[in-house]
Amino acid sequence: MDFGYPVLTTLIAFPLVAACGLFFLRSPQVVRYYTMAASIIECLLAIPLTGFTMNAEFQFVEKIDWVHKWGLQYYLGIDGISILMVLLTIVVLPLCVMCSWTYIGKREKEFHFCLLIMTSAVLGVFCALDLVLFYVFWEAMLIPMYLLIAVWGGDDRRYASLKFFLYTLAGSTLLLAAIVAFRITGGTFSIPELMQMNFSFRFQFWTFLAMALAFAIKVPMFPFHTWLPAAHVQAPAAGSVILAAVLLKMGTYGFLRFCLPLAPAASEYFAPMMIAISIVSILYGGAIALGQSDIKKLVAYSSVAHMGFVTLGIFLFNMQGAQGALLQMLNHGIVTGALFMLIGAVYERSHSREITDNLGLGKYLPAFMFFWGFMAMASFGFPGTNGFVGEMLVLTGAFKSSVIIGFCCIPGALLAAAYMFRVSLKMAWGRPSSAKTWRDLNAREWIMLTIPAVFVLWIGLAPAPFYKIIDPSIEKLLNDFDKRKVASIEVEQPLQTAAADVLNVIAGKK
Amino acid sequence: MNFHITTLVPELFFFCLVLVLMIQSLGSREWQPPVEKWLPFGAGLAFFVAITGFALQGTMFWGVYKVDMMSQFFKIAIAFGFYVTVLNTSRQPTLEDGKRADYYMLLGFSTFGLMLLSSAVELITIYLALELASYSMYAVIPLRAKSKGAAEAGVKYVLFGAVSTALALYGLSYIMASQHTTHIAELMNKSWSFADQPMAVVGLTLFLTGMFFKLALFPFHFWCPDVYQGASNETAAFVATMPKMGAIVVLCRLAVLLKPGLEITTIIAILGALSMTFGNLSALAQTDLKRLLGFSSVAHAGYIMVGLVSGTPEGVSAAAFYGLAYLLMNLLLFWIVSRIAVDGRNLHLKDLNGLYKKAPVLAFSLAIGAFALVGLPPTMGFMGKFFLITSAWDHGYNWLVITLVLNSAIAIYYYLGLFRHAFTEEKAPADVPAPDTSWFASAGAGMLAAAVLLIGIIPAPLFNFAMTAGESLYGIVSGGGH
Repeated sequence: MDFGYPVLTTLIAFPLVAACGLFFLRSPQVVRYYTMAASIIECLLAIPLTGFTMNAEFQFVEKIDWVHKWGLQYYLGIDGISILMVLLTIVVLPLCVMCSWTYIGKREKEFHFCLLIMTSAVLGVFCALDLVLFYVFWEAMLIPMYLLIAVWGGDDRRYASLKFFLYTLAGSTLLLAAIVAFRITGGTFSIPELMQMNFSFRFQFWTFLAMALAFAIKVPMFPFHTWLPAAHVQAPAAGSVILAAVLLKMGTYGFLRFCLPLAPAASEYFAPMMIAISIVSILYGGAIALGQSDIKKLVAYSSVAHMGFVTLGIFLFNMQGAQGALLQMLNHGIVTGALFMLIGAVYERSHSREITDNLGLGKYLPAFMFFWGFMAMASFGFPGTNGFVGEMLVLTGAFKSSVIIGFCCIPGALLAAAYMFRVSLKMAWGRPSSAKTWRDLNAREWIMLTIPAVFVLWIGLAPAPFYKIIDPSIEKLLNDFDKRKVASIEVEQPLQTAAADVLNVIAGKK
Repeated sequence: MNFHITTLVPELFFFCLVLVLMIQSLGSREWQPPVEKWLPFGAGLAFFVAITGFALQGTMFWGVYKVDMMSQFFKIAIAFGFYVTVLNTSRQPTLEDGKRADYYMLLGFSTFGLMLLSSAVELITIYLALELASYSMYAVIPLRAKSKGAAEAGVKYVLFGAVSTALALYGLSYIMASQHTTHIAELMNKSWSFADQPMAVVGLTLFLTGMFFKLALFPFHFWCPDVYQGASNETAAFVATMPKMGAIVVLCRLAVLLKPGLEITTIIAILGALSMTFGNLSALAQTDLKRLLGFSSVAHAGYIMVGLVSGTPEGVSAAAFYGLAYLLMNLLLFWIVSRIAVDGRNLHLKDLNGLYKKAPVLAFSLAIGAFALVGLPPTMGFMGKFFLITSAWDHGYNWLVITLVLNSAIAIYYYLGLFRHAFTEEKAPADVPAPDTSWFASAGAGMLAAAVLLIGIIPAPLFNFAMTAGESLYGIVSGGGH
């Protein structure tokens, strides 16, 4: 649908422009109100996205030559897969501003600057339809996130931020190599055009590995997950929220947008490995979460498990799996984002993230405990909440694919219930060492927690509108996948020739 | 001899500028007006003249001197570099007052030599221009008052320079003996395979050492970190950027001889790979900022080789574009170094601590410069690296591209260190003078940073220029061929 103006560019550019405006402000309070206003305007600017038509085509497309001689384009567009991520990013921004309202006590201007810049970059990632443009946004988000952890983080922030930066950047350099390889072989950087092409299996084999590494680090999948708990624990509340809610989704989005459509045969070839890693992530994340005494670390490890469900859903290659994966991406963003906001709120009061320092909150902070309980239930997939819908779909898809895979996931779901119950029980009914004088949630916190709560119930009770948005795109994705994986498979034994391939790549032969 | 004076206007203007400097340096030491008062305008005008001459074309002096798109691209870059260097040097604290005019005169002569170098298309002319560009550098580097390190740096530069030019001359004689010509245009049609012309291949390799020395490519880089460290910050800014532009333009011209798969191409590719790896690994251990930048330029010299080995116009233009990116990024970083070290001392990483508070504009610009050197988008450094690897992929040197990509990952660590110290460390060392936060310092840094960022976001105009220049070398567009 044409709105006569570039909706996506406006959405991407507005936070950037608003961020520049921050330079002219002085008082920290004004900075907060200003950023809040900017984030609400950003939400309003997203209203034209309601004109999204429920089909699998790329919509709101914008295309301008960028470097003509090199075939680069400024090419934006969204489909059913990306629109949810775009909306999630936009909704998370005001929540981040709200949850750092009193938490950030130094360099407020720079903090909000980073938040806004990061929103721009993440929106760009979800909208880009040119490989290089995608990469530009993908990398651009690193610096503000690094700063969020390194400047406003906890005591060990330097280590955590460096680890985050090095891990993700090292992974994405290989993504760049894959992008260049696509351009040389396919002749274009345009993602929709590349989606129509059939590449040889060998080519797919290597590009899949390069891309998958970058995405697996971002998701993060076991064993590339070690940066995540460190980053989450050290990051300020808003940093954790944005990290959990949107940054991790960039990895799974990458799998859906690049690996499946561009390297279908290799995706199928590697699917058993990806599924195995996903299951390990689910079980490992859950088991480690169960043993944590730090609430934030617990939620961080639970993220590894939840994202394991998402990658599992993606690599099942069936409708339920993909639906569930996409829905879980959204759910995890909402629920874990809210959990990190809650942790931020409790940390502000107790100055500790240890479970033992935050006992008996049911008595002192009933409203807090209500939201915590609610989000914890959504997190482990209690019926009626969004987590149930998503996890259920992934599990259905898993059983449909193979009973063994399905059974392997069941302990993951149980573990989630176990660690969430454990921490919630202690926090609600544990006996604190002394009486607390903490004040319960204030109006700002009520607002910032009610918004995700509404989404939790909406998706949990009436997910139909969301299916309507995502189904056409997923159907097309899977149909194309089925058609093209057959077309591009060559009769050969790839692993036996892997060593020969390495030598060929080194020698420059295809 | 065909001679079109109009095509030489940028060079002639620059030559006049240098002559005026020379006259001033001959006169009394108190000659008014001081050179800093008028030279920035002169250098700015020279830059302007170089821009207006971008469309000039012509071959003269019996075909040894060629004004084409490639030479104009580099002349504009060199004139711009000189302009920024002059501005950067205008407040040099470690230069004795009486030597100012001489200092600028020597810088000017070196720059003039580099301008000639960008148009030279014949090996002996290249050699002469290279020497003109080098001699003044030998004199400039030790000019740092009361510093023993400066003298050492000067000696090192002279010795290494002498050896490499001697090797280059030796190589030149081999090429002449075996190929019977020194014109690149004619050399293009000769065989450069070791089996056919072993002597010529050895000769070209030796000749290239002269360029490699200027570019600080492994293993001709040993002078680089020491000279950066020993020379004053402002001189280092010049040495780190300008002679490299001269070397890059010659390498671009010689790259037309290199076809993928030839032995000499492979030698260059291997040197490139070693250079990036060695430079980056060594830089990891540095705490002296200029040494760090020195090793980083060793790595960058390796990156540029990636463009040269592909044997395509795309590769040459990518190398030219990256050369420009390198010039801008390094001028930016050295500008900041010079502004922070107002007393002319050598900076260490910890001197950057808390810079965001003391000089936010400098800190912000430093961040942009550092991330550009890493090759993070949306900076010019990313676009440059991207063009390089795209141009080299699938031309037989995929391993080199992969080496580059892996090296970028290594390099993150120390560039991030610059950023980390400036933005996240609070404890600044005591008893050091505050950085220069005047509007002049901020405006210079801000503009260079803006250029690095803007060209990264909108690279098309400059890249198209570089592309046309690259195509002109291969005779694809008008003014083609050597």
